[in-house]
Amino acid sequence: MKLSKIILSFVSALAILLSSSVTSFAKVVGDKIVLGSAISLTGKYSSNGVHTQNGYNMAVDRINSMGGVKVGGKTYKFEIIYYDDESNPKRAAQLAERLIKQDGVEYMLGPYSSGLTKAIAPVTEKYGVPMVEANGASRSLFTKGYKYLFAVLAPANLYLDVAIDLAVEKNGGKPVSVAMAFEQDAFSQDVRLGVLEAIERTGSKKVIDDKLPKELNDMAATLAKVKAVKPDVLVVSGHTKGALTAIRQISEMKVDVPMLAMTHCDAAKLSKQHGKNSQYALCASQWHKTLTYKDNFFKDGMTYDADFTKEFGYAPPYQAAESSAALLVFKDAFERANSFDKVKLRDALADTNMQTFYGNIKFAPGGQNVDKPMVLFQVMCDGDKCENKVVAPTKWASAELIHPIPSWSQR
Amino acid sequence: MDLLIFQVPILMVQASLDGILLGILFALIAYGMALQWGVMNIINIAQGDLVILGGYITYFMYLSGIHPALGVIVAPAIMYFVGVGLYKLVINKVVDRDLFISILATFGISILFMQLMNFAFGADVVLANSEFETTMLFNNSVTLPNSKIFAAIISIIFAIGLVVYMKKSKLGRAIRATAQNARAAKILGVDTEKVYAATFGINAALCGVAGALVAITFTIHPYMGLPYTIRSFMIVIIAGLGNLPGVAISGMGLGVFEEFADYILGTEFRIGSVFMLLVLILVYRRFKLSKKREYLK
Repeated sequence: MKLSKIILSFVSALAILLSSSVTSFAKVVGDKIVLGSAISLTGKYSSNGVHTQNGYNMAVDRINSMGGVKVGGKTYKFEIIYYDDESNPKRAAQLAERLIKQDGVEYMLGPYSSGLTKAIAPVTEKYGVPMVEANGASRSLFTKGYKYLFAVLAPANLYLDVAIDLAVEKNGGKPVSVAMAFEQDAFSQDVRLGVLEAIERTGSKKVIDDKLPKELNDMAATLAKVKAVKPDVLVVSGHTKGALTAIRQISEMKVDVPMLAMTHCDAAKLSKQHGKNSQYALCASQWHKTLTYKDNFFKDGMTYDADFTKEFGYAPPYQAAESSAALLVFKDAFERANSFDKVKLRDALADTNMQTFYGNIKFAPGGQNVDKPMVLFQVMCDGDKCENKVVAPTKWASAELIHPIPSWSQR
Repeated sequence: MDLLIFQVPILMVQASLDGILLGILFALIAYGMALQWGVMNIINIAQGDLVILGGYITYFMYLSGIHPALGVIVAPAIMYFVGVGLYKLVINKVVDRDLFISILATFGISILFMQLMNFAFGADVVLANSEFETTMLFNNSVTLPNSKIFAAIISIIFAIGLVVYMKKSKLGRAIRATAQNARAAKILGVDTEKVYAATFGINAALCGVAGALVAITFTIHPYMGLPYTIRSFMIVIIAGLGNLPGVAISGMGLGVFEEFADYILGTEFRIGSVFMLLVLILVYRRFKLSKKREYLK
């Protein structure tokens, strides 16, 4: 009895000692730099959560195998501690707290989605932990004055404003009429704000402005209105559900619009799920494999696409590519800071000015990446085979924009 | 407020037809809910999740190259056994209990189903392409996707089939007897345990049919079940239990109401307006009840 008590107290003492030693050295353990991330491995964001995780893992493997991170003349390797946030913002905030306080993590990678990033950012900010995130595009993340948040992606308001400019350009510089249908969530509403600014800037007119409910699966009313009003552009943003519902009902209701612009086409596997019905849809994307950006780790978009496909068995959506880019940013900042100090690292991150296979990265004071434009691709079909081809900006265009979209009776 | 629908009157025809077709599909789900509520006194929060599961069965048929329209036969067949299994595992333990217990139990089942579907089928939004054409009316200004017409016809066939089955078959009579008075039915030799299992199975089968139709007409996702539960709950509340024509009419009425609210108030008020209507109906009922004279015999 006595002996068992002694053993028990010895084991607990050892456990406490070990855990505290892990805590105090968790930021850098041996030759490892430990990063933390709460990520959606279950719940409604799990598909994109897994893309994010695969993107992170791919970059960690690549950086580690190509010499790792050099700080103070020594070489370190990246390691990531993951927790599943169950696609729940509250849980994500708790896990961020746990990563920082219990696991001693001092550098964070972002979760998936604007909503979850919004939940985590106040926590990382409170503890002064630099977070590089790749999947929170909502503009409100960058207007709060956060000092430790850095996003490698372009903010949500830049997703579809290009489409309005393009429509005006195709209309001979004259203003256009725009029908809008946006889901009521932080991201889509930010996309809407960007479109509204573009409408105002070009003197265009908003003719329909519908807010789609979160439990959206029927857009028939909006589309019937579009048929009656006949706008020059229809803009839709409601995550993958919105993209799929819109294409299904536009084709069923034979809605003719000269231009259809939307978000989340590749995450929705639009061309695969809808085939030819998705033809001519114009989609905003953070990245496309044909862009000609280069770096030393992944070479370029095409190589990244091939390597990722080989490793994970599917082509990388932009969510994976931007997640990989986040690790490249961390590596670059660690080496420039030449220190593990959080403040020095934060300053180095703020001074980032680099090119990755994903795009140029340079942070504004708010933390958003201002050096990487969005791209627009159009779904183009040859027989039954449909492909996404970049049509704007013209620098990277691999095909000419088809405008106006042929009417359903001509297809 | 958008008055476009009054400026372009043809939109009223579109809204009404869309509403009726949508309402018929909802009425089918509500019918299943009313049946088991009436017979077993259970409000099934997992109703919508059963619908989505039926949708996934159809989706996987579609993926393996079978036309998704056949899902309306396969999905209910499989879902019947899922329903009976669910009854034997969980529902039989709560069937005689307080209504609150059954709500809690089915709420638990709902969460479990969502997570299991998410785990098994992934969190992607999917759909089954039926390749159905579109019916154009009034010089192409009103469009009715044939998938929605198909959904409405199938829903009507299943609803009528069930009514006939309830009237003519032995099990149907036993179900009705149990609904009227379970104790008396038991005394007269009805195996109520079997009746309950069959009722839950039939409800799940109806959800299976509806799920197949949802996969063909809309989209499915593991977490998309709740709106179906809520709508069918409302239809049953408005129609009352054991009132099949009432369920059909209130289903269609609610569908049309929703469409008009969408056009006039805006898409964001679609569901909200349905809730408002529910509140108004409940207040009106309460008002009517308070007017009724009651006395002790």
